Amino acid sequence: MSDIWNFVFGRLGWDALPFWEAVRDPTTFNIINGIIAGGAAGMVVLGVLGAVILVTWLGKWKYLWSEWLTSPDHKKIGIMFIVIAMVMLSRAIIEAAFMRAQQAVGLDGGFLSPEHFGEFFTTHGTIMIFFMAMPFLTGIINYVMPLQIGARDLSFPVMNQISLGLTAAGAAIVMISLVLAPFSTGGWSGYPPYTELSYSPDAGVDYWIWAVTLSTLSSTLTGINFAVTIYKKRAPGMKLFRMPLFTWTALSTAILMIFGMPPLTVATALLALDRYLDFHMFTSDLGGNMMNYINLFWAFGHPEVYILILTPFGIYSEVFSTFSGKRLYGYTLLVIATICIAFLSFTVWLHHFFTMGQSAAINAVFGIATMLIGIPTGVKVYDWMLTMYRGRVRLSAPMIYAVGFIMLFVIGGLTGIILATPSVDYQVHNSLFLIAHFHNMLIPGTLFGMLAATNFWFPKAFGFRLEKRWGRRAAYCWVIGFMLAFFPLYALGVLGMPRRSLTFFEPAYLPWTIAAGCGAIVILFAMLFLLIQLWVSVRDRHHNNVFVGDPWDGRSLEWATSSPPPEYNFPVIPEVFSRDAFMAEKEQGKAYQIPDEFPDIEMPANSAMGVIIAVTGTAMAFGLTWYMWWLVILAAMVTLVAIIARGYVRKTTRTIPCDEVRRTHLAWIECVRRTTPVDRSKEQTRENRGLPVPPVEGAVQ
Amino acid sequence: MTTITKPNDGHANRTPHRVHHPGLNLGPAHQESEDTREEMVFGFWVFMMSDLIIFGLLFATYVTMLGGTAGGPGPSDLFELKSAFIETMLLLTSSFTFGMASLALKYRSDRKVLVIWLLVTLLLGLGFLAHELHDFHKMFTEGGVPSRSGFLSAFFSLVPLHGLHVIGACIWLIALLGQIAVHGLDPPTKTGLMRLAILWHFLDVVWIGIFSLVYLGGIV
Repeated sequence: MSDIWNFVFGRLGWDALPFWEAVRDPTTFNIINGIIAGGAAGMVVLGVLGAVILVTWLGKWKYLWSEWLTSPDHKKIGIMFIVIAMVMLSRAIIEAAFMRAQQAVGLDGGFLSPEHFGEFFTTHGTIMIFFMAMPFLTGIINYVMPLQIGARDLSFPVMNQISLGLTAAGAAIVMISLVLAPFSTGGWSGYPPYTELSYSPDAGVDYWIWAVTLSTLSSTLTGINFAVTIYKKRAPGMKLFRMPLFTWTALSTAILMIFGMPPLTVATALLALDRYLDFHMFTSDLGGNMMNYINLFWAFGHPEVYILILTPFGIYSEVFSTFSGKRLYGYTLLVIATICIAFLSFTVWLHHFFTMGQSAAINAVFGIATMLIGIPTGVKVYDWMLTMYRGRVRLSAPMIYAVGFIMLFVIGGLTGIILATPSVDYQVHNSLFLIAHFHNMLIPGTLFGMLAATNFWFPKAFGFRLEKRWGRRAAYCWVIGFMLAFFPLYALGVLGMPRRSLTFFEPAYLPWTIAAGCGAIVILFAMLFLLIQLWVSVRDRHHNNVFVGDPWDGRSLEWATSSPPPEYNFPVIPEVFSRDAFMAEKEQGKAYQIPDEFPDIEMPANSAMGVIIAVTGTAMAFGLTWYMWWLVILAAMVTLVAIIARGYVRKTTRTIPCDEVRRTHLAWIECVRRTTPVDRSKEQTRENRGLPVPPVEGAVQ
Repeated sequence: MTTITKPNDGHANRTPHRVHHPGLNLGPAHQESEDTREEMVFGFWVFMMSDLIIFGLLFATYVTMLGGTAGGPGPSDLFELKSAFIETMLLLTSSFTFGMASLALKYRSDRKVLVIWLLVTLLLGLGFLAHELHDFHKMFTEGGVPSRSGFLSAFFSLVPLHGLHVIGACIWLIALLGQIAVHGLDPPTKTGLMRLAILWHFLDVVWIGIFSLVYLGGIV
């Protein structure tokens, strides 16, 4: 009997239940931790059950399958990426709040067990990087970039589905680890030898390895897809230096993904070899060398930082120029700065481990290289400010994020310069100063960028504007909450508090940790306000409808279609004659034209590949984690057969007849004609139906 | 190759003289198909760049681990030049025969020659794999197992990964032979062969790196 049990379930047993310890040894401490962990597991189970019941009750399975899960449409895939990111964001913010709460009461104790706290900071980091930021920016690029370059889809729609499937599988693995614990306690960077089998024998690190590996494979494929699309699928006349800046940053991000993701794939794969096949790549005995892992990890890790920040740079560029009613100041310089940053990002990885024993000369070289990145970034900051200068600035939600970003990001950048000095780094490395620094870059940089982008492009994707008041409240809460939660950490770091501390014995820390805890509460409110904003917006969607498609007086081609755009984006591929192509059309009165003839349009046909890869990816990772070898082999075989079979499929496109295209387009043009144009003073009112008054002599009205 | 003069809707301002991929004959001109094929091949090149990073990093890791033998067998104890040379010859010859297959794909209208060259390539690939497995087996019997030392771990993370790529390429080749049987030489099959050719020659280049750096370097 136990043989069969072992064969089927591997090493999975009752002790994987998160409240097992509390049942086995019911002390108050264990019960508190059991309730927290069990509650989280219950949320996951109830969430999945709730979703299944809701879809069944609405009778929407067929719709979900044919319109979303198997759809190759880049817009829908982009939205699904963002949904994953939002779900994971909610979880990781709650985890952050628990960590702040622990440290706020952490003087001589606290309420979390060390293992539990370790899982908190590991999942928080892993999720925020791989399953919040990456899917979020992938989703936004997926949605916006093809529209901006005047394409109908990405170059490889099915590969896009597979990317989504792999990310979904990784996210699913992290969520499953809440129900069948434990997760790794080795931090998001998973340094060996702690993560080797001899120090971490349970399933936690294996969960982490496979979740992260799935995510990196997804991002590599995404990078290839984006780069090829931008090189090959631009509309006629869309020269490289006519591309919107967001597309430029998308291209740089894609290139960073292509070259920056493989090092992490190598690092996690070698760590897996150590753990599964008794290799000695990074072990502390028999000739293993853990510094190789550190180098590989940060050879990925530093380009990753710029993957996370370049896309938001593009988003802010669009936001600043649109909401200032001016063309972007210093476009060429911004492009050059973007490319410089992308290039330099490969030359600085060593600053993540100044203290790990290399010579002072090497540290100096990497310290200088790190400081060099401040130059192109500074150029960008000035360009954005000069874009606003004497513009018609509207302080809407995306602009609040953007302005908050400029101020906070500069502070974060300055602390980065401090950390880039090796001698200073020796003092504050591994302290909360570092935590404050990189959160100072990633929250105002990446997260604010993502939230600005959702506020900015939401009406494009769904056809109605997001409610402005709750949007502003959320934005201000984010800015204030961020400052309250992370500025104290600078002080704590200088006072010497190490990162990832469960508890501390220095009373001087306490006021700062309590202040940071209050900041976490404000951030929780910010998250709540985002949800309220979404709810209110959906409720009032008919009042805020912008089917015409251009609520912000946009400048690039994505605003030249209806909101939401038809599946094929443009009935006829537009021709581009300048930068800010759509603004030029509006100025010359050439927007909203009816083409002479409508072509039949070939679009990629639906495919189940993404779903198959999501299921087999999850199964394979789960089987590998718990040593269920039959599941691993089965999932691998299904994957192989599916990929080979896909090669035999020849009917990969379907044709949308020209009559349908014509009908759709004429209905939209009719709607445009019936709509009253508004000027910018009415942008946030219900009169804004998505048709701006055309510019007069180049000036936005 | 016929020149293409008919501009397509989205490409009115491009020149009619188009760059074609050497070694690929897509038959009667068809702009739409040319465009998608070109994207697929370009995308595969980009993927190869990404894959090359993986091999590059593993080479670098291997070099840093050369000293980590932990008292176990080192390169000169385990490597045999003759065997590695035979493997090299098998793989280089398979690259040549794949080249012949590509020529047949471009210039011959009958499939028979193409299929024969592909089968020869497949056999050479399988021969390489068999020989490599035999080598690994021999290393294992002499105590050269990855769990013995960091050096051997690095060896077994680099060289078998190349072997795994060759296995993947062989499976792909068989799948493409099946596609030829089912669909004939239509553009998707041709592009498939073209991309497989890129992979095959790429693996050849990587092997030359392995032969020079791992085997020759190890024995010197």
